[in-house]
Amino acid sequence: MNVIETNGLGKSYGATKALHDCSLAIPEGHVAALVGPNGAGKSTLLNLAVGLATPTSGELSVLGGYRAGSQAALDGIAFVAQDTPLYKNLSAADMLHLTRNLNRQFDESYAEARLAELGIPQKRKAGKLSGGQQAQLALTLALARHPRLLVLDEPVAMLDPIARHDFMATVLTAAADDGVSVLLSSHVLAELERVADYLIMMSFGRIQLAGEVDDLLAAHRVLTGPTSEASSYDEHPVVHSRRGDAQAHLLVRVSADDQIPVGWEAHPVGLEELALAYLREPGAAALPGPVRSWDAGPSEVTR
Amino acid sequence: MTTLNTMSRPTPVQQGADLQPLPWRRMAWVTWRQHRTALIGAVAFIGALALCLVIVGLQLHHAYSAATACHPTGSAACNTVVANFNGIGNFLSSGAFFLVVPPLIGAFVGAPVLAREFEAGTFRYAWTQGFGRWRWTLAKLVGLGAVVAVASGALSLLASWYYQPYFASGNQSLSLTTFNQLNPGLFEQRGVAFAAWTLAAFAIGALAGVLIRRVVPAIVTTLALCGALAFATGGWLRMHYLTPLVTQGLNAPGSARIVSQWGSRGGRVVFTGPPSYPIYQQYCPAQAGLGKGDGSGAGNPLQCLAQHGFTFWTSYQPASRFWAFQWIEGGWLFALSVLLIAATVLSVRRRAT
Repeated sequence: MNVIETNGLGKSYGATKALHDCSLAIPEGHVAALVGPNGAGKSTLLNLAVGLATPTSGELSVLGGYRAGSQAALDGIAFVAQDTPLYKNLSAADMLHLTRNLNRQFDESYAEARLAELGIPQKRKAGKLSGGQQAQLALTLALARHPRLLVLDEPVAMLDPIARHDFMATVLTAAADDGVSVLLSSHVLAELERVADYLIMMSFGRIQLAGEVDDLLAAHRVLTGPTSEASSYDEHPVVHSRRGDAQAHLLVRVSADDQIPVGWEAHPVGLEELALAYLREPGAAALPGPVRSWDAGPSEVTR
Repeated sequence: MTTLNTMSRPTPVQQGADLQPLPWRRMAWVTWRQHRTALIGAVAFIGALALCLVIVGLQLHHAYSAATACHPTGSAACNTVVANFNGIGNFLSSGAFFLVVPPLIGAFVGAPVLAREFEAGTFRYAWTQGFGRWRWTLAKLVGLGAVVAVASGALSLLASWYYQPYFASGNQSLSLTTFNQLNPGLFEQRGVAFAAWTLAAFAIGALAGVLIRRVVPAIVTTLALCGALAFATGGWLRMHYLTPLVTQGLNAPGSARIVSQWGSRGGRVVFTGPPSYPIYQQYCPAQAGLGKGDGSGAGNPLQCLAQHGFTFWTSYQPASRFWAFQWIEGGWLFALSVLLIAATVLSVRRRAT
């Protein structure tokens, strides 16, 4: 089952195209990270997936074929929005009660146990909790619904490192123990390696790259060789190049049986390095179809 | 490599596609918990006004019984009793005091329902829960709207009791203050109109909230719109709910409310309103006290104009139409409220984020 499947999905706000021709299929059972610079369309995609926004064009289905925002989708998807909005004047206990009333399923004992474990006093108003506690409360409310898919929009952006670590640990535990699929957007790259086993990269409202992390890493290499030969290197699609006086490092897409050219060395690439390379090259795309070479301007692809 | 990981398994049968939505009663606690401050505030405000009405109203009713029971009429003692009645509750008698209730409820209960969700970003929480966003909106608006309408309906029942002495027949012969039931300000406080105004103001607030998405501007807009609507209705619209009756002369029978007056001559309307200065000057300067000399020729100027061929007309709404007007006003305000709430729910359903 694909937790999210899109086909030619687009979303415009007036004349602004926030999302453009996105085709994507995220299988269940993954912790999928949605990565891209600000304004790349991450939040738009997530809002569409949870039914807060409706597509301008294309198709979107969730949880194996349901319309986003349908009753089954609402029941099965829990969303923690950016800055984890809570009713500031409601106590943690009230937020629990509220969420229980608004949902078919709500595991109150789980939620209460989590709050106790986190040291969040039930009587305290949500607005008086620390940023980390608010995020944890929002996450607890989401997980107590026993969703099949947990969607998190920049969940840790505002948190300090410890709160960030604790938050992601909760997410990973839920993913591992209860088999919750997770889709989270982030621009904190350092977390990715530990957290995500599926990566989607976006730029300018388009999908740049999507796939299981292991597959993506296997499909990319850093080639190191003489700078003088770098310009003529066109055997593999070059994602990003770094050229020194003597040596050039090219991040290229390869397949297993590709030959490494004479005089060049191939190294495996790390997830953070890979993500960075794609962030630096917003025009690069590991999509079927023409891929720009490294020395062409990014504009021709991104337009 | 492609971005499309084709499905590893066939899409399962969509079990639960016919899922029943969550029961409406779940929203009762949610609505109460989230809006109890506003509701308690509104009910306390209405309660304070009610208390005011009861205290002054008891005095008023006592004074009224004293005034009607007093014999012989016209005696010095009775004049004191009558003056006593006429002097009570002046700050209430204008009615303006109560007319602030619907706009205030619209602004402080209605407008924040959705505007606050947008302003705080909590709509992203509320509308992704299992209840579903349009049902969430409908449940809240209907629940809150019903509560404020009932509360203000109760207040208007009390107001109807309060004002009773002012409408009794025979007041005039006793020189007791009489009010016109159709007077703007008074009309809205009684019958079904007051509850309907409150509901409409609440619905205006709710729609302003979803369109403006910020609390304070939505409150200001609601106050302005409610004021404009009340002004237009009281000043013009209400007097045309039913075709006014027309009578000859410049006096309407009983305690009717005059809509307009005009004069005609030879079958043509020559002036509207009461006869004007130039008319008198042209035809009856002496009788109107405008002539030269000592005013010895002064008489009845209207009679003089009548002798010159003028006929006077008055169109009016009789007081007996009070309940017909109440149902008309209550009806269109209720229909407006339903439309506005429907528009709010549709707007939530269609244009999120």
